[in-house]
Amino acid sequence: MRVVRPYGDTLDDGKVQLSFTLPVPDGAKGREAARKLVLSWGFKDCEVTHSHPLSADFSFYVAYGKTEASIDYDSVVADEAESDGSMDMDGVNAFIREHIGRKVVIVGACTGFDAHTVGIDAIMNMKGYNHHYGLERYPMVEAYNLGAQVPNEKLIEFAAKVKADAILVSQVVTQKDVHLRNLAELVELLEARGERRKYVLVAGGPRIGNKLAVELGYDVGFGKGSYADHVASFVVRKMVERQRS
Amino acid sequence: MQNKLHLSAERVAYARRLAEKIAEPVARFIDGHSSMTVERATLRLAGADGANPDGVPVPNLVVDQVRAADPSFLEDGVLLRYVNALVKSGSTVAELNAKIAAGFDVSSLPLGERAAIERKAAELVDRAAERIRGNRERREAKRSEWAGKNNDPLLYLIVATGNIYEDVKQATAAAEQGADVIAVIRTTAQSLLDYVPYGATTEGFGGTYATQENFRIMRAALDEVAERQKRYILLTNYASGLCMPEIAAMGALERLDMMLNDSMYGILFRDINMYRTFVDQKFSRMINAYAGIIINTGEDNYLTTSDAYEKAYTVLASQLLNERFGFQAGLPPKLLGLGHAFEMDPTIRNGFLYELAQAQMAREIFPEHPLKYMPPTKFMSGDIFKGLAMNTMFNFVSKATNQGIHLLGMLTEAIHTPFMMDRFLAVDNAKYVMNNMEGFADDVEFKKGGVVMTRAREVLDQTIAFLEEVGGMGLFDAIERGLFAEVKRPKDGGKGLEGLIKKGPTYWNPFEERLERELGISGAKGGN
Ligand code: B12
Repeated sequence: MRVVRPYGDTLDDGKVQLSFTLPVPDGAKGREAARKLVLSWGFKDCEVTHSHPLSADFSFYVAYGKTEASIDYDSVVADEAESDGSMDMDGVNAFIREHIGRKVVIVGACTGFDAHTVGIDAIMNMKGYNHHYGLERYPMVEAYNLGAQVPNEKLIEFAAKVKADAILVSQVVTQKDVHLRNLAELVELLEARGERRKYVLVAGGPRIGNKLAVELGYDVGFGKGSYADHVASFVVRKMVERQRS
Repeated sequence: MQNKLHLSAERVAYARRLAEKIAEPVARFIDGHSSMTVERATLRLAGADGANPDGVPVPNLVVDQVRAADPSFLEDGVLLRYVNALVKSGSTVAELNAKIAAGFDVSSLPLGERAAIERKAAELVDRAAERIRGNRERREAKRSEWAGKNNDPLLYLIVATGNIYEDVKQATAAAEQGADVIAVIRTTAQSLLDYVPYGATTEGFGGTYATQENFRIMRAALDEVAERQKRYILLTNYASGLCMPEIAAMGALERLDMMLNDSMYGILFRDINMYRTFVDQKFSRMINAYAGIIINTGEDNYLTTSDAYEKAYTVLASQLLNERFGFQAGLPPKLLGLGHAFEMDPTIRNGFLYELAQAQMAREIFPEHPLKYMPPTKFMSGDIFKGLAMNTMFNFVSKATNQGIHLLGMLTEAIHTPFMMDRFLAVDNAKYVMNNMEGFADDVEFKKGGVVMTRAREVLDQTIAFLEEVGGMGLFDAIERGLFAEVKRPKDGGKGLEGLIKKGPTYWNPFEERLERELGISGAKGGN
């Protein structure tokens, strides 16, 4: 058991910075409302250090609070896909040669009406991202990047056509939970065709967590700061794991 | 305009000639064609409006009816059948729209006497022209009444709640905080709709539907704030996607002041067919030009899609092409808000100097154009504190190089569409920086052969080499081969190609003729 609290300048002082908007005019009453509100969130102490009108009816606040709440750090389990144990490009290729013995086919797209290509490109394109080569560069991977705005049906058909081993899906726009609907639809379509188990199914995007992806029926989810080597390591290991089981 | 970079005027003129040469064959193609949305825009200018119970807009109903009756009818221009129906039925435009919405088919009537149709059309053209001219005059009157009250550069903020009534609240607050320009960003996927939804809307993803009613609601709200503040508030929306000219028409009718309008954005970033886009952009720009609407081009997209340092030349190349296509459509320099952006990786050593060089270069090459400068977005992260610092650098470059339209960066760019307080912090930051360095541009020059001058020359040289390459193969082929934005778009691929229309020998579009005449440009002549 290791108890932790926010750290300002002294261990356990519990200091937290906050900023927010209230739909009330700026002024003494607004500031007092802001302070009381912060206290109602369980903070023991609150100082509103700044307020400013945003319009006649809205105002902005910066506040500091002090919390006594704490967390047992040892009890925390992270939601991110395990990237620590991932192999680099050469490692992945060697692994494929040894355990799979043929090229691994990976199809990727940013689906639905989402037009953001940069994320899926970062994983798939030759050039890669941040000094991590993309899947197209992997000698033992046959990578197809279908780009953005790809309907789920089209992605599935393409995957079937090239006999893909893995499907990668990128979702960047998350407003009103469109990504959830899009991601879930792909799984439903695959299940309806009885093809879900044919593929290693990978979701990715800045607001995608592993837990969320797994809940939606994916094998894994990758968020910010993920690279082709993480994805490739996961895919090939999963393939081998499935072969064995 | 000061010349601080000592770029060779000859080289700049040569780059412009290259762009002219590239755009020339495209113009020939454009002038021989119309499209479904050009036809629908024409109908909208004539007054076609409303929707049937399934939400299909009247302009779509008319074009679809005429096409279904005989696909070759559209080669005459759709207006012929619509006006014929007006003449034959003796109804007003509003009455006819209601009938069409209720199921009446304009193509069911045989064509009547040509002279009567032309007289009626002339009346409709006059009416539209008068309304648009009225809008232009009102804008000009207000801007001169309140001259000097806007910020320089104009501070531009985006609202994007998805609900027009919520947008109004956010926009009002933004204007009260000091924004000069409010852009209502469109909902995800509207670019790919081949119709413009009808009426006020409250449901959108990452933005709000561009509809004529939404335009009207926002216009009225901003006019109200403007009267209170004694400062004209410009309204912006997006004439992009499969309905460029229709949205431009709506913008002209509802007195928008700026519209996003790029000659190639749809092709490269939304996978819309290239022929379709080139045809659509011209008519939409003619409408923008007549309405006195400043266009904003989308060069920032090249920099978010590719590496901003390496591909800086694609921005200048695109600006030159956008300028040329703009001239072809009758847009003068003062309505050409050419785009560029502060998008380099913040870890690059001397990145700030390169950004400064490129912004200054744009200013010098396009001295009369109200350049639209876009903030850092791609390298914005969840670290909002760093983000605020990056926006401060951007604000500095913008003021130091006299940009025209300054899109404010949001510290939460990587996280969500802006909160109300995010906009306030952005305006506050910009006002602080810009006031603090008011005289900087005037006072400071660059070292001969220093980082800034060298960078500007390098980008100009790369641009020229690139335009030579594009010119060598032609623009259509260059796009097909992936020279722009590292994406390949096949000539007959992409969305909307089926909506392209070859103008027949008797193509008739009196709105287009009127625009060409008033704008002093030439286009294809129909056979009549
Ligand atoms: C560039 C950009 C654009 C460009 C995209 C150009 C292109 N060719 O992709 C353009 C201008 C077209 C654009 C348009 C829009 N955008 Co945008 N855009 C951005 C921006 C600035 C950067 C995104 C980016 O490229 N990041 C760099 C890449 C490398 O990061 P990444 O995508 O996170 O990818 C990494 C990981 O997430 C992961 N990953 C991603 N995908 C996948 C897939 C797999 C399988 C795996 C394993 C991993 C993985 O790996 C990558 C590398 O580490 C962001 C803001 C920001 N700073 O994040 C907004 C942003 C994403 N956009 C946004 C919005 C709302 C839009 C629009 C809807 C706006 C509008 N109303 O028109 C439109 C969308 C239109 C559409 N149909 O989708 C919002 C999304 C808000 C939300 N959470 O819903 C953001 C956050 C901006 C904002 N604050 O409003 N955008």
